[in-house]
Amino acid sequence: MAEQLYNAVFIGSIYALFALGFALVFSVLDILNLAHPTVFMLGAFVALFAIGTLGLPWFVALAIAVLVTGLFGIVLDRVAFAPLRRRGAPALSSMISSLAVSLIVVRLVELRYGGDFITFPAGAVPAFVLRVGDATLEGIRLAIVVLSVALMVGLTYVLRRTQLGRDLRALAENPRAARLLGVDVDRAIAATFFVSSALGGLAGVLLAFAYNTLDSRMGVPLELRAFTVMVVGGMGSLPGAVIGAYILGFGEVASLVYLPTELRDAFAFGLLFLVLVVRPTGLLGQKSPDRV
Amino acid sequence: MDALFDFLRTYSTTIAVIGVSALLALSVWVTLYAGQLTLGNAAFMAVGAYVAALLGRHLDAPFPLALLIGAFAAALLALPLGAIVFRLRGVYLAIATLAFGEIVRVILLATPITGKGQGLNGIPPTTELWHIYLSLLIVAYVLWRVQGSTIGRAWAAIREDEIASASQGIAVGQHKLAAFVIGALIAGWAGGLSAHVTFSIDPSDFGFTKAVQVLVFAVVGGVPNVLGPILGAGLLTALPEVLRPLRDYRDIFQGAILLLVIIYLPRGLVTFVDVRRTRRLSRIGAVDVA
Amino acid sequence: MLLETVGLTKRFGGVTAVDRVDLRIVAGEALGLIGPNGAGKTTLINLISGVVGADGGTIRLSGADVTGLPAHRLAALGIARTFQGVRVFKGLTVHDNVLIGRHTRMRSDVLARLLPRPRDMADPDRARSLSLIERVGLGRRRSDVLAGELPYGDQRRLEIARALASEPRLLILDEPAAGMNPTESAGLRALIESLRAEGLTILLIEHDVRLVMDTCQRVAVLNFGRKIADGTPAEIQRDPAVREAYLGTEAVA
Repeated sequence: MAEQLYNAVFIGSIYALFALGFALVFSVLDILNLAHPTVFMLGAFVALFAIGTLGLPWFVALAIAVLVTGLFGIVLDRVAFAPLRRRGAPALSSMISSLAVSLIVVRLVELRYGGDFITFPAGAVPAFVLRVGDATLEGIRLAIVVLSVALMVGLTYVLRRTQLGRDLRALAENPRAARLLGVDVDRAIAATFFVSSALGGLAGVLLAFAYNTLDSRMGVPLELRAFTVMVVGGMGSLPGAVIGAYILGFGEVASLVYLPTELRDAFAFGLLFLVLVVRPTGLLGQKSPDRV
Repeated sequence: MDALFDFLRTYSTTIAVIGVSALLALSVWVTLYAGQLTLGNAAFMAVGAYVAALLGRHLDAPFPLALLIGAFAAALLALPLGAIVFRLRGVYLAIATLAFGEIVRVILLATPITGKGQGLNGIPPTTELWHIYLSLLIVAYVLWRVQGSTIGRAWAAIREDEIASASQGIAVGQHKLAAFVIGALIAGWAGGLSAHVTFSIDPSDFGFTKAVQVLVFAVVGGVPNVLGPILGAGLLTALPEVLRPLRDYRDIFQGAILLLVIIYLPRGLVTFVDVRRTRRLSRIGAVDVA
Repeated sequence: MLLETVGLTKRFGGVTAVDRVDLRIVAGEALGLIGPNGAGKTTLINLISGVVGADGGTIRLSGADVTGLPAHRLAALGIARTFQGVRVFKGLTVHDNVLIGRHTRMRSDVLARLLPRPRDMADPDRARSLSLIERVGLGRRRSDVLAGELPYGDQRRLEIARALASEPRLLILDEPAAGMNPTESAGLRALIESLRAEGLTILLIEHDVRLVMDTCQRVAVLNFGRKIADGTPAEIQRDPAVREAYLGTEAVA
């Protein structure tokens, strides 16, 4: 039972880290970045490259992965989103362009590493166990939970207390007004993508460390769950995304007990569909789903 | 003449796949034309495939009847989508259709009669090329005629401006639902055909990846008319086959083309056909997918 | 009595945009609706045309209660409107725009189209659309132009043609003269007059108060969501409450 709880908190934290990046871009720019699961996967593979090919220690690999994915996020915006923004294209076009980038990047990774599961070189990833009562828990998961919570607090601080945070919130409210009020919109957007992708990449590395495996399609299940998380928590709401992530994490672990394995995915989609039908704005949603 | 038959025989699977892909692309086109993005058509294809195959195997149903029932099963399943279609727009709708599609796929995965994860094997290869292409011809013709009818115009109006459309007396929700149901019908039919070309089917054939691929065909080909999706499906399926050495790079290819098209040619490749109109549309800022 | 609202109310969050408004429109008349910016005029007609739902009150069309009916049902019942700031279907041709306006009066031709048709079949809808296009002052030759390519004033005309295509009983015009020069408003006035002469009932929202006073038999005035006056143009001009609402504006004088 303790183990289930532990896992639920752990998986909820991963979902939360991932969803935060996703929700950040949506709340500031009103677009769904369908390449987000790809930066998740990219983070893990950059870490693999750093450890396996460059022989670097895990914490350096982690830092590099975060940096690289953050930068990739900025490039992603330049390539896939900025041209569409200039034209005033609808949100759906951005979904498709990010999808296109996703296709390319995933395939590139597969060409280098293949499509199968890969494990990190032995001993490269720190692993320790905790004994709580008569349960044996993997320590790295606890570290991840702590790190996630710290990041969430940090992000909240940045958004509420710093100039950058104010700029981002202004941009989210009203882009035109923000520009007129002197907000450096390009810088703010670049920062948004950096942070969002860095968070996504970090989540990827952490998950890969925790399970000691990664593969080119590891982002896909997360992408679909991110939708659920955002819709349940309320699209465009960052605290909502966090709450939604933990609800999903707990719900999934609980459903594993009662449902056959094949239906595990069904919980996430069922919840998503249900919320969309009954209460599309979710728990803390601010953006009405009636507006495109 | 012999050379032609040889060609057909060697490439018959590819040609079959192109035909089925074109049908699927048309199924997505219908909803795109009405301004809606759907990611659930892979699931409808799955329903058509499984129902047709199972009817043939367990009830010895004649091929055309099995296909028909499969298609109608898919269309029927699309009706509950009405619950969301009436209220959601844009990305919410896309996500909801995706979720719906995934739910269907997961249920297929869990139902014993469908063979669960292993899927169904040993499906008789009853489909002939002419089945596929006759279907394609009929579907394309019907959609082309519908495009110019009151319903087609209503869809175009909805795509442009839903509120103004409603003020003209168009029942927006019903028209959108009709587009979804028709799309599901076509996808189901295509699924049934497809199942009898490949020997086996399993749920992973019909997941998110498939849904995305079908969408890509429709978008790259273009929305303005029915030729678009057919062109898109044909081009994107045939090109990697033709350029053998590029097989491994097929996805990169598709991704790159998709990216270029959505940024520079949002109404798809078929806009080359009517360049003047496209230029006029881009001048008034009305040039976009949906 | 063609249209009647009783106690019609609409709230948005904490703001009451329309506050217990009683409005009466008699068949065959042109009723003007004026008021300062933000008075609730557009919201009121959004309520009447079904674009938004009311929070209170009733709407009656020829005596029948139509409160809560969605926009497309009201359109079928004979209410047509134009929008403030023009909402034509930009990517579609002028002709298609008008044909869509005719949606409620056209029978679905899908089945007929599936069969090959003799070429020379006369199409009454097409003929009617073209004559409407001419009537509002757009040339028949422009019917294949994309609506988005038209100059603003012509888009406005197109919207009116589209609204007329459904053969409505009540035509609602939301600030049709905005940005028009005197020649154009004269043309608009003439059009409204000729439509009224044919028996069409018109509800006209306008900031060009002179146009309203010259064209309408009766005028209603809104301020802060409430109707503050209702009468002939002459009565309205003398009404002290109206003067106060337009505090300092020359327009009413």
